[in-house]
Amino acid sequence: MSVTEPLSAPIELSFDYTRSLGTTLSRFMTGLAEGRLLGAKVSDGRVFVPPVEYDPVTGAAVTEFVPVSDEGTVVSWSWAPAPLPGQPLVTPFAWVFVRLDGADTSILHALDVAGPTEVRTGLRVRARWSGERVGAISDIICFEPASAPGTPVTQTTVEPVEIVTTPVSLTVQHTASQQETTYLLGLEQGKLIGQRCPVCSKVYVPPRGACPVDGVPTVENVELADRGIVTTFCVVNVPFMGQKIKPPYVAAYVLLDGADIAFLHLILECDAADVRMGMKVEAVWRPREEWVPGLQNIDYFRPTGEPDAPYDSFKEHL
Amino acid sequence: MAKQRAAVLGTGQTHHKAKRPDVSMAGLCREAIDRAMVDARVGWDDIDAVVVGKAPDFFEGVMMPELFLADALGAVGKPLLRVHTAGSVGGATANVAASMVQAGVHKRVLAVAWEKQSESNAMWALSIPVPFNMPVNAGAGGYFAPHVRSYIRRSGAPTEIGAMVAVKDRLNGAINPFAHLHQPDITLESVLASQMLWDPIRFDETCPSSDGACALVIGNEEAAAAVDQPAWIHATAMRSEPTTYSGRDQVNPKAGQEAAAALWKQAGITNPLEEIDCAEIYVPFSWFEPMWIENLGFMPEGKGWTLTEAGETAIGGKLPINMSGGVLSSNPIGASGMLRFAEAARQVMGRAEEHQVDGARKALGHAYGGGSQFYSMWVVGSEKP
Amino acid sequence: MRDVAVVGFAQSPQVRRTQGTTNGVEMLIPIFAEVYEKLGITKSDIGFWCSGSSDYLAGRAFSFISAIDAIGPVPPINESHVEADGAWALYEAWCKIQTGDVDTALIYGFGKSSAGTLPRTMALQLDPYTVAPLLPDSVAIAGLQARIGIDTGTWSEAEMAEVAVRSRRDAESNPYAQVTGSKDAADLLGEPYLADPLRRHDCAPITDGAAVIVLAAGDRARELTERPAWITGIEHRVDSANLGARDLTTSPSTVAAARAAGIDGVEVAELYTPFTHQELLLRRELGLGDDVRITPSGGALAGNPMFAAGLVRIGEAASHIAAGTAGKTLAHVTSGPALQQNLVCVLEGRS
Repeated sequence: MSVTEPLSAPIELSFDYTRSLGTTLSRFMTGLAEGRLLGAKVSDGRVFVPPVEYDPVTGAAVTEFVPVSDEGTVVSWSWAPAPLPGQPLVTPFAWVFVRLDGADTSILHALDVAGPTEVRTGLRVRARWSGERVGAISDIICFEPASAPGTPVTQTTVEPVEIVTTPVSLTVQHTASQQETTYLLGLEQGKLIGQRCPVCSKVYVPPRGACPVDGVPTVENVELADRGIVTTFCVVNVPFMGQKIKPPYVAAYVLLDGADIAFLHLILECDAADVRMGMKVEAVWRPREEWVPGLQNIDYFRPTGEPDAPYDSFKEHL
Repeated sequence: MAKQRAAVLGTGQTHHKAKRPDVSMAGLCREAIDRAMVDARVGWDDIDAVVVGKAPDFFEGVMMPELFLADALGAVGKPLLRVHTAGSVGGATANVAASMVQAGVHKRVLAVAWEKQSESNAMWALSIPVPFNMPVNAGAGGYFAPHVRSYIRRSGAPTEIGAMVAVKDRLNGAINPFAHLHQPDITLESVLASQMLWDPIRFDETCPSSDGACALVIGNEEAAAAVDQPAWIHATAMRSEPTTYSGRDQVNPKAGQEAAAALWKQAGITNPLEEIDCAEIYVPFSWFEPMWIENLGFMPEGKGWTLTEAGETAIGGKLPINMSGGVLSSNPIGASGMLRFAEAARQVMGRAEEHQVDGARKALGHAYGGGSQFYSMWVVGSEKP
Repeated sequence: MRDVAVVGFAQSPQVRRTQGTTNGVEMLIPIFAEVYEKLGITKSDIGFWCSGSSDYLAGRAFSFISAIDAIGPVPPINESHVEADGAWALYEAWCKIQTGDVDTALIYGFGKSSAGTLPRTMALQLDPYTVAPLLPDSVAIAGLQARIGIDTGTWSEAEMAEVAVRSRRDAESNPYAQVTGSKDAADLLGEPYLADPLRRHDCAPITDGAAVIVLAAGDRARELTERPAWITGIEHRVDSANLGARDLTTSPSTVAAARAAGIDGVEVAELYTPFTHQELLLRRELGLGDDVRITPSGGALAGNPMFAAGLVRIGEAASHIAAGTAGKTLAHVTSGPALQQNLVCVLEGRS
């Protein structure tokens, strides 16, 4: 059985990375924080802006720095008609390679001009500095035509910048497989739907895009009981970020009756110390009005009080 | 053309720490690379290709960071290859680099594996909520601890075996100047008294989270002739299986067993316990020592713990394991596997300093990753294979 | 060196968006089945497996782990993975066969580019200290490269449009292609800029897709297929990541790889050029004259399944040998910003 539209939802990945700089990049970033542009001078005499950490000829760490101008010449440009979130300007701008006076390489940045007719290769430009500099490439907001009125940067002296914080964020649309969608929509109805592999006949819950043994899609739905056994478990004693239950509690592999693979879930309504391998458990569902397409509709499993399953009956699931 | 002989000519590693705020990503890699090149007595012109290993790119927030690192790694104008096989990647990277020499493609290959976990937070990177997937609320050890319980149930191992491993590895780490954790005063009592995080796993039985890098220079027979005592690569093996499947043995995974069987066969080893002088195996939770002893075929199933209990896995024992202090003493994830491979090489090169096993002539390097599903291993020896 | 050949190739349709997961399983299962059937083999005939994919594309750490469900790797397999286009996985597999440890390898690459904002994601390949924080997208980087060539007269917008015209027309006969069309250069040049100096036709589309190749050595290759496409050279090199210090109108890494691989006499060149000017750049750098048929599949401009498109180039180049329509072909594969890293694979048929 297949459903028409698989379930899909965005994953938001966002983290403020803390980038330690090391000696060379620290010099450059500290310069930026101070309103100065520094170039790395390498063994063949070339001045790199931004700096290279290692000499392209000898491979040795770069140690010599020279000041370069915050004015330079556009070496190439590309128009950005619809800036993406996180880019230097929110209005259309030009991406530019700028060869700063005193440098032998080009720096990549944004140029603030009203339209593509106002930029050309060879245009003289200068950095527009941020009023609040932290020692990051964004201390230069963008470049602007040198002919435009501007205010010269106020240079300062700061403590060496050793770490720069760089937010990185992206959104990726996650899509469940057809098989998983069937299972999730079943959960929304309070049902546990696994699928049987057409080759090995094993029942997978949750079902996956393919039987991992035979590499073929599973298609036959199998409705499973919301009860089974604990195969193995651990007692969570440690508090950690995002934890919802007060330790100690049990995280266990639960093998549903009729299923051929266990999944991890919580065992509550008993002392953690009383949980055993082979213990029979049943699902405790959240109130129906809270049901979503997800396994969290089962709040946890609890012991049924029936005699434990013998070890030999589940040992191949360990 | 038959398979070419290959050998480790030199190894290098960083001082591993929770945070290395003093270096950039390039600087971290170069610290290991520069040491490896000095150890191998080679310069940049001697390196024909660079192979880079690292675990998920989310740890540092750079997509395929080897590209931006190409200049610092001395790779410009040369072949550069990035390997990513989860936690086994450091070992896989060494094996891939070795294969390029064994294939007769290159004379000398530089392999480097690294992780700068302090750029982000590994727990964040590994637990990004995936839609429709219920977070189980079990934490980092919640995945592995139940399998450790299964092992204890199956083998009947005494419950303090895990603590014994932790003490041994941390004492080894205490004499390794590169190790992240130095705990010379650790005792069985202190480990047993440490917090039970994921019963049956205690705090002192888990690995730290580290910044670090490791590098190897691997060369062919001609290149090896210029080195006093190279570590000859006798065998390499890699195997993978699904994270889970019905009937999967999660305590003694088939992929590990088959990788080991292939490895011993290739190395001409029929009795690993007798023929291997020491082993660096990937033990992020202490109980994995006895589990891997069995998985690797050093001991029959259910008996791995007896080797640990008898003290035979300490330096001076029958099969010293994790002489460097192992993953329990340093864990820069992407580099952790290569550190195991490098320590095996250092032992047979006689360059393991304070943690040298006397007369080590054949050593195992081992790494695994994912849900105990990806394996990479090698056997190195002081003699030509 | 052992004789190693491409003996099998299959690819998924190149489409703007699939309904599948980012782990590639839905795209991989049918093409595995196709290649097994063509060769009359099963998974147990494969000695080594290697794949290429990207966690950033999938938005998940270890995204390649679930992909192996498509293989059904029980009993366990001898396997590896590169965080790069599948073409580099093929290189790793080729080395593995050269060691003599295995005689066959199956290589796959997959990517669901539609899951994210691809041009923005690709900015995360740039220097994380001084460049990536500004998020210059892949179209911006390509535009900066294209402009330099236009300014210096190395290529022109009209020549770039001609590349797109040929790509789209060629793609008409490629059943897997995403972008086809019969407009001429004047039509295309009349369209507005997407990001001056680039127009829509200068840029590869965003594509979901996957590809698989089977390699085999010597007699095993001859058993499996009538006309193996023998790999007579496979080389790759990387250039500096410092875009502002590179001459972006040249590609030293491609030239060095091609020289080492030996490309003289190739009749067909499948070039991985996601932007039109990059084809002009490579043709010039490789010295490919009018006698060489360029990218007859339509290439990346007609469909660019990230992390598989390079493997597709090798598969397409091999298919000319398999079909007997060419005796010597080359595939080029690129990775990284502005053609930073390049691989050249030369294939030959033998009577």
